[in-house]
Amino acid sequence: MFGLGGGTCSYQEITETDVILLWGSNAREAHPIFFHHLLRGLKRGAEMYAVDPRRTSSAEFADVWLGLDVGTDIALANTVGREIIARRWHNESFIERATIGFEDYAASVEPFTLDEGARLTGVPAEAIAEMAHAYATAPTAQILWTLGITEHHTAVENVLSLCNLALLTGHVGRRGSGLVPLRGQNNVQGGGDMGALPDRLPGFQRLVDPEARERYERVWDCELNPVPGKHLTAMFESMEEGELRALYVIGENPADSEANVAHARKLLEGLDLLVVQDISLTRTARMADVVLPAAAGWSSSEGTVTSSERRVQRVRAAVPPQGDARDDVRIIGDLARHMGAPWPTATAEELWEELRTLSPLHGGMSWDRLESSGGLQWPCPHDDHPGTEFLHSWLWADDLDGHTPAPFTVNEHRPPAEALSEQFPLRLTTGRVLDSYNTGAQSSGYSSPIRTGDTIEVSPADAAALGITDGDAVRVSSPRGSVNMEASVTGRLPAGLVFTTFHFPDLVDANLLTNDAWDARSGTAEFKAAAVRIDPLRSGSAAAAGGAGG
Amino acid sequence: MTSSNGSIGSQVTVSIDGQEVSVPEGQTILAACTAAGVETPTICWAPNLTPVNVCRVCVVEVEGSRTLVPACSRPAADGMQISTDSERVRHSRRMVLEFLGSANDLSQAAEIAEWSQHYGADAGRYAAALSDESETAVEIAHVDDPVRVQDDLYIRAYDRCVLCYKCVEACGDDAQHTFAIAVAGRGFDARIRTEYDVELPESACVYCGNCVAVCPTGALQFRTEFDLRAVGEWRPDDQEVTRTVCSYCGVGCNLELHTQDERIVKVTSPADHSVTSGHLCIKGRFGWQYVHAPAFEPPATESAAADSTET
Repeated sequence: MFGLGGGTCSYQEITETDVILLWGSNAREAHPIFFHHLLRGLKRGAEMYAVDPRRTSSAEFADVWLGLDVGTDIALANTVGREIIARRWHNESFIERATIGFEDYAASVEPFTLDEGARLTGVPAEAIAEMAHAYATAPTAQILWTLGITEHHTAVENVLSLCNLALLTGHVGRRGSGLVPLRGQNNVQGGGDMGALPDRLPGFQRLVDPEARERYERVWDCELNPVPGKHLTAMFESMEEGELRALYVIGENPADSEANVAHARKLLEGLDLLVVQDISLTRTARMADVVLPAAAGWSSSEGTVTSSERRVQRVRAAVPPQGDARDDVRIIGDLARHMGAPWPTATAEELWEELRTLSPLHGGMSWDRLESSGGLQWPCPHDDHPGTEFLHSWLWADDLDGHTPAPFTVNEHRPPAEALSEQFPLRLTTGRVLDSYNTGAQSSGYSSPIRTGDTIEVSPADAAALGITDGDAVRVSSPRGSVNMEASVTGRLPAGLVFTTFHFPDLVDANLLTNDAWDARSGTAEFKAAAVRIDPLRSGSAAAAGGAGG
Repeated sequence: MTSSNGSIGSQVTVSIDGQEVSVPEGQTILAACTAAGVETPTICWAPNLTPVNVCRVCVVEVEGSRTLVPACSRPAADGMQISTDSERVRHSRRMVLEFLGSANDLSQAAEIAEWSQHYGADAGRYAAALSDESETAVEIAHVDDPVRVQDDLYIRAYDRCVLCYKCVEACGDDAQHTFAIAVAGRGFDARIRTEYDVELPESACVYCGNCVAVCPTGALQFRTEFDLRAVGEWRPDDQEVTRTVCSYCGVGCNLELHTQDERIVKVTSPADHSVTSGHLCIKGRFGWQYVHAPAFEPPATESAAADSTET
């Protein structure tokens, strides 16, 4: 945000902040050790507002739970923004000095009165007003989010609508205040930082910037294609159009993880060539023409990963790779050399030392420093730099340290792409649980005593209306497909909302149900909002339902 | 060095066995001992937990204090004259170690065994002394509790439990905030229990293993270690420790992979790491087993999804 792709705060700051807005994140289960830091903050007296359609285990620790309807985050954020402005709680001097676009923003949120916000989101007006007051008047405050914000067809606008609140109140760029997207994978931050994005070079530099490109071309002694590539969702569109015919998949399992997965599988099957490099024989790998067995990066190879607080840390080899598996770097290097590129063989250390000559964010992170420290947080531009605890302190400098002011944005409330209907009257949302992870490539390897498998969680009211009880076998259908699952009745959900995980695709193909409508700017599919129906299966057929994974 | 509230703390100077040492105000006598290079036995203390003051093995003599004081929790005060090796201290520490050893199986508590040897603690002497005075042989009271093996992740052997409370602290508001365990029962029957003593998988436990990581006696033990010990294959001297980063979510928890014969046998986290403070979640602690699974075999359950259809 504001030109850098990373959370603005460090974990330490959540232990010292005054107000926490946990928005679309069940960190208690998805980021448990970050939640320990958050709990220290609560113990110290911080107030927490949990914004989530479900009353999650994280929400249980909140002072107030705002159970908004799925896909109404922009409406809620705009209502909070309007309330802050109407009460004159906004930080006028900060807005004046550090931002642009306030008038347009203020005009755009004007219709979002508390009553209108309550009508659109389902959250009581008093709760919205209370959160607006707490956030705006706190000495320090943070907004944290995860995929509850980004897995919508309005992903980018959802994020921007939260950024607006920070700009309105000056809760960014100061110690303790900030905007924090919690990263879901151990190196999703590092992957993006290293240029594993269609429009970025290593060091998060823009591919279309000729100066940046030229620096890389000089070191790499080659000419770079200046045209940004396609993100994952656009690749599938391109497959559909018959343009993209060969795919090299590294460490991703789209045949299980894509929304509307039946459609994705069909497209993968239609490719001329599918190459998969992974640590296990995932469903995608089982469809591949060629499988390149990879060593587990965190336990069998040397390198770095970057965490949610922008901390670059070393991973180290502790055990040899399984069977014929090899280090990812070696596989990619060998492949390049087989294709005739004169790439030298290089160790992780050599690659890193090259990277830091090219990426100003990482310039001061020598391999030796990474080796001997507990990790360093970017930006760390030179050898004596201690790393950066929080981002965007320039927002508080008199002349903005030469930066252009941070822009407010106008974000329109648009409901989920798939409306509920008589045929599909229930809203399905998806998420993670504590002991499992994504499509289970890693987490299915251990036996968890608290594992329940992918059940369909149903509110008591809907369960009563459907005539089902806990453990009953049901058939869940969306416009895209049907799966049999075991029902789990829980008071965590309001009527009309159902929930499932997607950790056991070999048992329950939950992504047959999810919607692949996607956000045009980020390419993220709307995993969080599908329309479904639930039909009870005859009693006694639970075994046939295949719902209870173990 | 600034303290956590951002102010510069002042230093206090104490004398430990005649040696002067300065530590930041607010630090404990234990920290001062460590700074002075004086080793102190501890059982219920851990660097990442709040002191609970129950084991009394760390006691020291402070001039002017009527009773011995626990080093782990008493803040060092300017001018304190501290003795850590007086006869009174050595006698008290020896008694604590003997009492614990007389009631519990400490065969897997390596550190306690070292201190027992250091202080010449002989846990058997109470039984012997009692026998001399009575006509009949006296059986020494011993915690007798069968090993509880209720899942694949960790076991509980309460005959080794010295009730140091560290597991309770780690499960509670020192770290995990799950509150799955507490001390139940009184006197000799006091035990760490789940609610209503239900089996672990039925309890509130979320299997972070943070209790196991702080247990000083092996009363809580990772299943991998328990199984290897059962076949005589637990060989700490042959183990290597490699520090890396967890492969799951993006928090960046540092892991110490303990490996033996090129296999992971235990996962811990450094107590001084800024991200974890030594604590992990179930995935980081136990989710590593896939790296030793037979690689590249399709799951046995593949056909189970056959009942699903697309429309």
